[in-house]
Parts: sequence; structure tokens; C-alpha cells
Amino acid sequence: MLKKNSSMKFNRRKFLAAAAVAGTTGVVNPARAATAPEAQRRLPSALPPNAHVAAAETGTLQMPSGDNGTPGSDFMVDVIKTLDIKYLPANPAASYRGLHESLIDYGKNTMPEFLTCMHEESAVGMCHGYYKATGKPIMTLVHGVVGLQHATMAVYNAWCDRVPVLIIGGNDLDAAHRPPGVPTFHSAQDINAIVRDYTKWDDNPVSPQHFAQSFVRMYKIATTPPYGPVMMALDGGLQNEPIRGDGEKLYIPKFFVSAPPQGDLGAVKEAASLLANAERPVIVVDRAARTPEGVKLLVELAELLQAPVVDQGNRMNFPNTHYLNRPANVINQADVIIGMELSDYWNTVNGFVDNGYEGIGQNITKMKPETKLISISSVDLLTKSNYQDFQRFQSIDVSMPGDAEATLPSLIEAVKSAIPNNRKDALTKRGDAIRQAHAKGLDNTKQAAAIAWEANPVSTARLVTELYAQIKDLDWSLVSTSGNTSNWANRLWPIEKHYQWLGWSGGYGVGYGAPASVGAALGNRDLGRFSVSIQSDGDLMYAPGVLWTAARHKIPLLAVMHNNRGYHQEVMHVQRLSNFRNRVANIGNDLGPIGTSIMNPDIQYHKLAESLGWWATGPIVDPGDLGPAIREAVAVVKSGQPALVNVMTQPR
Amino acid sequence: MRFVRVPVAPALVALAAFAASFGGQGTAVAASAEKGKAAFIQRGCWQCHDYNGQGSVATSNGTVIARTALPLDAFKSFVRNTNGAMPPYRPQVLSDDELDDIYAYLQSLPQPKSPSDIPLLGDVRAQ
Repeated sequence: MLKKNSSMKFNRRKFLAAAAVAGTTGVVNPARAATAPEAQRRLPSALPPNAHVAAAETGTLQMPSGDNGTPGSDFMVDVIKTLDIKYLPANPAASYRGLHESLIDYGKNTMPEFLTCMHEESAVGMCHGYYKATGKPIMTLVHGVVGLQHATMAVYNAWCDRVPVLIIGGNDLDAAHRPPGVPTFHSAQDINAIVRDYTKWDDNPVSPQHFAQSFVRMYKIATTPPYGPVMMALDGGLQNEPIRGDGEKLYIPKFFVSAPPQGDLGAVKEAASLLANAERPVIVVDRAARTPEGVKLLVELAELLQAPVVDQGNRMNFPNTHYLNRPANVINQADVIIGMELSDYWNTVNGFVDNGYEGIGQNITKMKPETKLISISSVDLLTKSNYQDFQRFQSIDVSMPGDAEATLPSLIEAVKSAIPNNRKDALTKRGDAIRQAHAKGLDNTKQAAAIAWEANPVSTARLVTELYAQIKDLDWSLVSTSGNTSNWANRLWPIEKHYQWLGWSGGYGVGYGAPASVGAALGNRDLGRFSVSIQSDGDLMYAPGVLWTAARHKIPLLAVMHNNRGYHQEVMHVQRLSNFRNRVANIGNDLGPIGTSIMNPDIQYHKLAESLGWWATGPIVDPGDLGPAIREAVAVVKSGQPALVNVMTQPR
Repeated sequence: MRFVRVPVAPALVALAAFAASFGGQGTAVAASAEKGKAAFIQRGCWQCHDYNGQGSVATSNGTVIARTALPLDAFKSFVRNTNGAMPPYRPQVLSDDELDDIYAYLQSLPQPKSPSDIPLLGDVRAQ
């Protein structure tokens, strides 16, 4: 709780109590508000009015002077401004009104700029996408209890996706003096508990100086690998309470960057020896490249070893145009596998067939028994218990808890030293064979894309190819692919820059695609990039208000709908269970099993987007109409506005 | 729950095995492609194989069933007995006549264009 200071000229607790009464009867002079002894005295059941209530009921009210000194929230803005936080997407809320007012008035609504959101999940999703496009964290504010409850799924996605998001939640701890009714419903002893299982750190500061330390600390923790969201509960009283006039000097701690943790050097040498002497080494990467430098390092390691790279795609780790980029089936023949920042090592070298075997399914293993496994993962340094994002346990031969990108320079040097001279010809031959396989793989991909080219609804391969044709000459960034379009973008588009592929949601919480796209497009706007998303129907409808945020704040984004009119994963799940149980799936009047379709009526996403301020067109049913529609939308986006093309598509 | 080593995708193994064991035994049947298309949609085949049988790496392991090379008997046996990623369709769910019609529908689908005849596919993955 807040430290009490008898020398304070203005008591925020008394002020809040007075303001609550004033809401119904007028304003009382806080100096004449209720006193503690009066409240604590043993009283009869029929209570006489205390001084506070009596003053409110009998009149002679006085307005507060309005000159209450510098509010604590102004100092908080000073702190926030030291950290170069450009934006603050948020849904407004009374519990952080003090900070809100300071941000836009005292802080002049710059660094950060407040962006109006219509759902806390959208706000956090925007922070998530923004970070992945720019490499810079931004912050959000949420209302106590209910606002944070709205935000939770997006926070979990950020946690699983190892993305730093700074969250401040308003709260009002003082039960005796906070406003009754709604504000009290929206207060809790510990709002941080709502997200503690999937945030890196949280705090509940009780003084302005405590805020300064904790805000800088939370920024540092969020941006030290493994990255992750962080949370601060901010007491309503603390925001409004004036800075004490007793000579206390407030200071803002200087932010400093921590060196990322690296793998142990002995383990690095052991791993290098295994890789250098392997016949069929395979490099598997998921979130290994945190920065563009990470991509370069991975290319260097792969070329040094002439080893195939499987990019699992939660980041753009390795160019898909490079001949060493290979599909996951190369794992089957590997004798040494190095996994870097894998979100699921078990499922990389094993698998699960959902075939109802013994009512559940079948585990399979993909690797040979003698295969050696190496791991570098910063996530090993931070594991919590409740949520199961750590996945199944996989035994590893050389395990290095540490940041993969930071470890790569020493690993590369160790591999250079470990490769025997007499193996260099063998490595060259290995590379030549992989180069041929890569070229053949691309041919096969194109043949697969050609199937159903003229189909109606539009095939997902056609959708993605038509889209690429319209953006290929721009500095494009594919900010999100929600739903599932059979990975056609990764398979067909040349992805060579880190911002051309931003990965998925992390926790696979549906509803990430739209807000993360808008957030990433916000970052790309300032960097001069053209943002495009493949937007699924179900994902958009969780919180479509984020489209309004994009229009309101002039965030250019081309959203091309993958409108397959269903929660398609669930369509297949229910069908699968019906088959296992030898029952005909009840599809009612829809196409998918009851409860899984988004049809009857079909949602007119283009009209929805139009109503929220977007340029939009559709529904596109004939694939021949797709190219011209996207071309028109591209021109709109280049002018600085968001645009949506509603396309009726095949399921996957 | 068993734990087994499966070197390649189970659905492909099963398909290959059925193709080998039933090779050349397919028979022409009097079936309706039109009815087959209706059954293909009504019974949920489209969900993993898309409306035109092109399939997906995400749902059918990349297997294309449009104009499938499997003989009819092998096709039917696979659909009835698969124990891989695809759930089996037993007679309570899909009749023999419907299976015949679905096969006819798949065989009626047009031959895909060559990628070289689709200019847009010439642009992708330029190096």
C-alpha cells in the first residue's frame, strides 16, 4: 500500500471519497471529509451521518482548489518518455484516467501516441505485431479486472511467441476510499494474478519512485532473451496523488541493455564437433533469428556445414530462396539435429497421428534411434508450470540454455575449427545434392499450385499467387497469415528479408491475425514498407473493431480475405470424430458440422470493413476477378489507407 | 498408447501400399460424377481435400486425389480402412454407391494446367 505522509497538503484518499459523494450530491471540501476515528468507533445499527456524509447532505460544499500540485502520473509520463516508446494502443478506461490525462495533455500525446482501440485484445495484438515488424516494444494500458480479462488471450499469444509487450493495468487498491459500485467491481487485490502465469514479470508500485524503477525494470526484463510480456498494476490513487512537496527528489533510472545469455562454451565445442563430423546434419530453426543479423549468421552456419535448414517459421530465420532451405522430411534421415529456439522439440523429431487409436491417437518417431540431438534455447531459462506451452519433454544430447542468435558466432567459429580438412569435398558434394533437391522441390510446388487454378471458390494457391503478382515490385511485408492457406506464401513467395515473414501467433489463440496485422502495419508505415495480410474470416470476427483503429489512425494495410466460411479446423475435428464413431456428421443446412460454419448468412466482410472506414471490395468468387480487385486495393493502400478484398476461398 | 517409428508420412505409406496391392484391379463402374460431387460435399470429403480434390499440405499431407491414379477397389479399400491421419469412412457413413460416385467425380475433374502455362507461377520464388 501507499506510504502515508502526514505532511501532505492534499490527501488523495480523502479526495477520492469526496469525489464519490460528489457524484451524487456535489463536491465536498476534502479537508472536511470523514476522519478515521469516526469510522472506527463502534456504532449502533442506525448510523448517524458522519462528517463526510453530513457535509454532502447539508450543503455548504466547497470545490477543491484544483491546485493540487504535480500529479504522480505526470512523472510517470516523464519516465515512459525515456524509453522511446512510440505508440500506445489502448481501450480507454477509468482506472487509468490519471495516466491517460497526463499522456495526452502533459505529454502532448507523443512518444507515446495514444491510439484508440475497441478491445484490449486488439491493443495487445497490435503491440505484438508492431514488435515483430520493427524490433521495438510498445506499451498498452488496460482497465482493472475486466479490461485485463479482455486482454488475456493476446497476452498468452505474446508469451508463447516470446514477444515483449509492456502492459499497465489500472486498479484501485484502497477499498475504503475508492469509488463504490463499478470501480470497485473493477478492482482487485492483485490484478496481475490474472496474467502472472504467462508474463515474465509483474509489479505493483506504491510510490512514484517505485513506478520509475519498476517501469524501467519491466522494459529491461521484457527485452532480455527470452523476450516476453510484462505487467504492472497501477493504483488509481498513485496516478492522481501529487508529488510530495517534502523535498524528496525523484529520479529516473537509466535503461541499459543486458547482454543476451549464450550457450556454454564447452557445450558449443561439443555441438560443433558433432555437426562437423555428421554425415547428414540438419539445422532446425523456429525463433532463432531475432534480428536481421541472426539471418546472416544462420546462412553462414548452414553454408559452412552444407547442411539443410528446416525453418519452422515462427520467425523469418532463413531465406526460402536459399538452396539449403528444405522441408521437414529431411529430419527423417538426419544423424545429428541442432534445434534452435524450437517451440516444440518433441514434435520436431516425433509426431502424433490423431487416428483415434485407443480412443486417443498414436505417437510416432521420425528420427533414427542413433540420431544425436543438440538444442540452443533461451526458453530453457524461463519455464513456468501451469500453462503447457513448454510442450512434451524431449531428451537432448547437448542442451544449451541460452539465446541462439547470441550463441551463433561462437558456434560458427567452433564449427570452422572442428571440420576436418579431409571432409571438405564431402561437404561440397552434400551441398550439390541439396541444391538439386531444392530446385526439384520448387518445381513440385508449382505443379501443386496449378491444380484447381480455375476453381470456384478460389484455390488458396491462386489467392496467394495473384496477391504476390500485385505486390512483388513493392517493399512488401507479409504481416500475418491467419487461418490456413496451406503455407502457399512461404512456398511460393521469395522470402529473404526478416520483415517479409513475421510468423504466427505463438499460442494459436484465434483473433491474433487482424490486430497483429494492424500493429505490424503501423510499424511498417513508419519504415516505408507495404503491409499485406491474408486475413481469415473467423479470426477477424473476434474483434473486428481493430479495422476502425486502422482507419482512424491512417494505418495502410492490404487485407485479402481467406473467406472459407467456417472455423475450418473445427469443421474437420467434428467430422473426424463422427467418422471414428461411425456416425454421419450432422451438417444441418450448412457445409460443415453444426456449430462450425460461418454461413447462412454469409458475412459481407467488405461491407463490414467499409462501415469501419476501409476501402473494400468483394465478394470475389471468380478467380479471374481477383487480380484486378487486388490491383485496385494496392493503389488505395499506397495512398495511405487500409483496404480489404473479400475473397471466397477453398477450405485450405 | 503405442510409440512407433514411422519414417515417412503414414497416409502416403498407406496409399502406396494399397496402390501396389490393388494395381490393375480397378473396374469401370456405372457411377455418376454429378452425384459424386454432391456426396463429396455432403459427406465432408471437401474439408481436407478441397472442393476440387487438390488437397493441402496442411490437411491431406499434400496428397492430390483429383484424377487419382488409384484403381477403384484400392481407393474404396483405403477409404474404408485407413488408420492414418485420415479417418475411415465406413458403410454406416458412406455407402458403396456413394463411394463409386465420388470416384467418378474425382476422375471427371479436369487435368491441371502445366505451371509453364500459368504466367503468374513464373514469377514466384525468383532467385
